[in-house]
Amino acid sequence: MQPFTTLTGIAAPLPLPNVDTDKIIPARFLKTILRTGLGKNLFDTLRFNADGSENADFVLNKEPYRRAEILVAGPNFGCGSSREHAPWALLDFGIRCVIAPDFADIFFNNCFKNGILPIRLPQAVCDALAADASLGPNARITVDLERQVVVRPNGDEIRFEVDAFRRHCLLNGLDDIGQTMAHAPKIDAFEERRRAEQPWL
Amino acid sequence: MAAGRPRTLFDKIWDSHVVERLPDGTCLLYIDRHLVHEVTSPQAFEGLRIAGRPVRRPDATFAVADHNVPTSDRSAGIAEPESRIQVETLEKNVADFGVPYFPLRDARQGIVHIVGPEQGISQPGMTIVCGDSHTSTHGALGALAFGIGTSEVEHVLATQTLLQKPARNMLVRVDGALPLGCTAKDIILAIIGRIGTAGGTGHVIEFAGEAIRALDMAGRMTVCNMSIEGGARAGLIAPDETTFAYIKGRPHAPQGEAWDRALAWWKSLPSDEGAAYDTTVVIDAATIVPLVTWGTSPEDVVAITGTVPDPASETTDARRAAKQRMIEYMGLTPGQRMQDLAVDVVFIGSCTNGRIEDIRAAAAVAKGRKVADGVRAMVVPGSGLVKEAAEAEGLDKVLLEAGFEWREAGCSMCLGMNPDQLKPGQRCASTSNRNFEGRQGPGGRTHLMSPAMAAAAAIAGRLADVRDLAR
Ligand code: SF4
Repeated sequence: MQPFTTLTGIAAPLPLPNVDTDKIIPARFLKTILRTGLGKNLFDTLRFNADGSENADFVLNKEPYRRAEILVAGPNFGCGSSREHAPWALLDFGIRCVIAPDFADIFFNNCFKNGILPIRLPQAVCDALAADASLGPNARITVDLERQVVVRPNGDEIRFEVDAFRRHCLLNGLDDIGQTMAHAPKIDAFEERRRAEQPWL
Repeated sequence: MAAGRPRTLFDKIWDSHVVERLPDGTCLLYIDRHLVHEVTSPQAFEGLRIAGRPVRRPDATFAVADHNVPTSDRSAGIAEPESRIQVETLEKNVADFGVPYFPLRDARQGIVHIVGPEQGISQPGMTIVCGDSHTSTHGALGALAFGIGTSEVEHVLATQTLLQKPARNMLVRVDGALPLGCTAKDIILAIIGRIGTAGGTGHVIEFAGEAIRALDMAGRMTVCNMSIEGGARAGLIAPDETTFAYIKGRPHAPQGEAWDRALAWWKSLPSDEGAAYDTTVVIDAATIVPLVTWGTSPEDVVAITGTVPDPASETTDARRAAKQRMIEYMGLTPGQRMQDLAVDVVFIGSCTNGRIEDIRAAAAVAKGRKVADGVRAMVVPGSGLVKEAAEAEGLDKVLLEAGFEWREAGCSMCLGMNPDQLKPGQRCASTSNRNFEGRQGPGGRTHLMSPAMAAAAAIAGRLADVRDLAR
């Protein structure tokens, strides 16, 4: 996994509430057996018209947002299915940070596993960041995970909270499995005890 | 077991599965059962292969293909190349890693959340995961069951554990008795309508109260299934005699002395008197009516006797804009009567409502009646065994005579990954769980409801109140 330390990039505003995983990546694109290549169908129904042409009104079809690396989203972002194709599609498009008032649990989790930083900030702060993001080419926001701050284009800093363990994993690009493997003796012992006490499990 | 503080059902299952507690409160949680399907697993098995890791407990892992599979004649295999590759990839992976698998033409094949309980794989007190958000279904048995992403699927395959922070406890108590014409589906739609799609975020919901106790296992599964539509990763119902009677004798259920020991443990699981919940919601079952959704979020519920709401009554600009978009997408007008909406398609099936009890409910409405002209109505059993059971009862005949299609088991039009899809603009009365834009096919318009209500819509050719047909 690619480490996440500091990111300065174009932020795209997408303040819709309840953007579900079917909106992020519709089910018909889940037939891949790879993690890559999903970016072209990110937000497919919002981004493209029925005839396949681009919807000129959609934010990611406008300059400079075609190069967005940060998304400023609405409440309950990522609700719906557990598909990790949702963060894969974001990542494949180039988005490495999503800022929203709140996220659906599974999506939130899935982001961290893929080097994407989801940041929860109050609605009013998200509104201000969405306004910043609307500044076109000047919509550059910095996300500093080390210091846990978002830096607005005007230089103001906004502190955010992040789980210490997940921060550590993101900063160092660590994958969970390797770390869990270090606890293998504990897992062995747990299984041993269970086999004696609850053999049907 | 720690004495002292009264614990909830969730607390008890959680505590008994903690392998290790890390300093920041994250727990390494042991996973008892892992269900695998073809869409969210290929990248996980690939990860194992690259790292040279085996599946730690193939005996605790079960695989089945359900999302992509055709629900028409299967003798020629899967026509769509990408779907076929995904299913073939699963078949190769289970063979390479020694994971038990129910093949496509085995009667035990079906939707993963129907198959788990049906086979007795899912049991009280277990931790159960699957790369699928509706894993919450298995909570109906008193198991802590939740959906995970593909990275976590790989983590469980490799280590049989997950890194998790404990969820908060939410109690949803449904008191009293459900009125005639209402079902488990109406209970859960009423709950989601009340708490909203983010109401349960960060929580595990325990469903309790007289109306929940009175449900059979199928109804309990319907309720827990849609916990995720209320934002909760898991839903739970305390195991009781109904649960034990359901499990007994199933292929993977404990037997003999193990059964007695398991039963004693299961009986200790219900929440202690005085256990604390972070959030409590109480609903009077007597106030529940047959419900349908009107919008593109499962919280957009309205009584079948109601009308399409007016976005102007929303409190914020963002909400007004969102509701306006829904009205347009769904092809509705504020104030329009729900019962005036003509349907093109009726879908009865899915992990929410694809069990034998659901098919019986649909057949009871369909019996001696005809599907309205121009309506395509399909019934898709949740598993091959559900299909066999329905056929043994003659329900297939009742449905076929009424003009319904009777299909093979799978997810089907719940998400339209196979050829069962809505066409743009088509309106569908569906017993599934998500009415998101494009969920059942690009441009499709979904109204969620119970199997009896969906069958009533098929007969009437428009959304209809099943209570009118029952008279
Ligand atoms: S029936 Fe629908 S909700 Fe259930 S597992 Fe299949 S696709 Fe998911």
